[in-house]
Amino acid sequence: MEKILEVKDLKVSFHTYAGEVQAVRGISFHLNKGETLAVVGESGCGKTVTSKSLMRLIPEPPGEIKDGSEILFDGKNICTMSEKELRELRGSDISMIFQDPMTSLNPTMTIGKQISESLIIHRGMSKTEAMTEAIKMLDLVNIPDADKRAHQYPHEFSGGMRQRAMIAIALACNPKILIADEPTTALDVTIQAQIMELIADLQQKLGTAVILVTHDLGVVADVADRIQVMYAGQIIEHGTIDEIFTNPQHPYTWALLQSVPRLGTDNKAKLYSLQGTPPDLLKPPVGCSFAARCEYCMQICREEMPEVTTISENHEVCCWLKHSMAPKVDIPEALRGDK
Amino acid sequence: MPNNNEILIEVKNLKKYFQVGKHATLKAVDDVSFFIRKGETLGLVGESGCGKTTCGRTVMGMYGATDGEVLFDGIDVHKLNKKAKKDFARRAQIIFQDPYASLNPRMTVGDIIGEGIDIHNLYSGQERTNRIYELLQLVGLNKEHGSRFPHEFSGGQRQRIGIARALAIEPEFIVCDEPISALDVSIQAQVVNLLIQLQQELGLTYLFIAHDLSMVKHISDRVGVMYLGTMVELASSHDLYGKPLHPYTQALLSAIPVPDPEVERNKERIKLEGEVPSPINPKPGCRFAPRCRYAKPICSEQTPMLKEIEKEHYVACHLFD
Repeated sequence: MEKILEVKDLKVSFHTYAGEVQAVRGISFHLNKGETLAVVGESGCGKTVTSKSLMRLIPEPPGEIKDGSEILFDGKNICTMSEKELRELRGSDISMIFQDPMTSLNPTMTIGKQISESLIIHRGMSKTEAMTEAIKMLDLVNIPDADKRAHQYPHEFSGGMRQRAMIAIALACNPKILIADEPTTALDVTIQAQIMELIADLQQKLGTAVILVTHDLGVVADVADRIQVMYAGQIIEHGTIDEIFTNPQHPYTWALLQSVPRLGTDNKAKLYSLQGTPPDLLKPPVGCSFAARCEYCMQICREEMPEVTTISENHEVCCWLKHSMAPKVDIPEALRGDK
Repeated sequence: MPNNNEILIEVKNLKKYFQVGKHATLKAVDDVSFFIRKGETLGLVGESGCGKTTCGRTVMGMYGATDGEVLFDGIDVHKLNKKAKKDFARRAQIIFQDPYASLNPRMTVGDIIGEGIDIHNLYSGQERTNRIYELLQLVGLNKEHGSRFPHEFSGGQRQRIGIARALAIEPEFIVCDEPISALDVSIQAQVVNLLIQLQQELGLTYLFIAHDLSMVKHISDRVGVMYLGTMVELASSHDLYGKPLHPYTQALLSAIPVPDPEVERNKERIKLEGEVPSPINPKPGCRFAPRCRYAKPICSEQTPMLKEIEKEHYVACHLFD
């Protein structure tokens, strides 16, 4: 499989009055051509910071991408690009859609103008050409009466339609990578189903690779090819969806999977709930960042960062339980053979 | 599980209209009837704008009803005098969706929880302090948290404060208006466990409003599905999720993404075209008819009534005439 994006040892920090918050702490991953990679985790685990760093959208200062971080796209390192090179990259090669379509659209511009903007800048189209293309894009994302709608403002659109318009803007220049940061969190389930289907459909037509940032494991199971689980600024486990859902290895992944009620489970049975809160990233722990909340915690977990263990070709986990000297712990019963 | 058949809340043909212009009426809740037994949880689900929050607030008497009755223990909530209203407020409480906006940032947590105790003159002095400590512990916080301010807490902790405030005056009935929507999955599980545990210990009755269908199924004994201000289906959560009858319920349930790739691959999704139409001056007939794949001519002429099709399974749809 061809890698389209490769991230090596990415570290992002924010300088605040209280000190340096290490939001992303040395993560490495890659994205294959045309696939969907899901990034999951609780709020504050660094999902959004990671995805914004890929386009260098982190305000610097207070943010800082540490030296030694590499984000390789087409052989070029995004971390060292000039502002001019970045402008060419954003919106044409890599695009992003955000969680809240109301605050990320410009309320003073018509939807059609907002879509044409990137076409005029990146493709050198004239205003009229760009508008015709914009209407085509709106049609592609299934907005009825596209030619009329293109001349309307964001407030005249409903939530689901705004998100469709956002997708039209993001895909206007046919990017190679689309980063979707919680694209359906603000939407209802039926609209969510429509939007996810639309993204999958366009992905097939245009061959775009998608990075989907979300906390909804249901959506992930529906559309993703691979998953990476983040906790306290690190990737603690990654693998194909089948591996993560049927053979998860990290206690945190177990906790995440168990805390969602499944439609088949008993009513009012106690849901698995994870105690405590994620660590303070001003002073990240020396050992495994999950140690304080982990029920299988051992002495070594508090002292040293666990190494990466390879489970299979596409499945890696960071946990001391996988060490040859560790006691053998089975996957919790609730996650085993529940089919 | 409710162990008796005593009905605590009975809502009869409740209507709540908002005048939004000279000739425009927003029918947020239109002719909704249901009842809740003592010690039971009734879930209320639907997409945004379907009127579930308005319904919850009208039941609480926070909005005056346009028409219809809300009977709490046999007495109409909307026809109370001042004194009786205060008495009702002691027996029924609400937990709000947004744990950030619903706590006064200038009051300490102890005072937020104690406010209701003061208003109803339940405890004073040392007893009041002890009661506040007891409540904090009940929802899993510490005594020391009482002297802190809301901004010092995380989202999940704030929601616990909201729950402690609702419990402070020992109510019998609590409306939970999307209490978990603003929280992370792992925290959601904590709050839901807490609500279930409190119900079992204190025998509370809940009206649980949410749009997360799997969570609603988990906590509720019976579930009502709302669409554009009307109740389209009402049944025990087992029946509703196992054998949904109304076309809208079927579509809504099939849209829930299941955290299991195997199931997702083999699932047939019922696609709903378009979006929920505006509730302003709705057309006569079934509200769901324009998006329904089984729609017949009668659907756009006559409004279907909620009928009992099977035992305790109510549906409002012309398919079952």
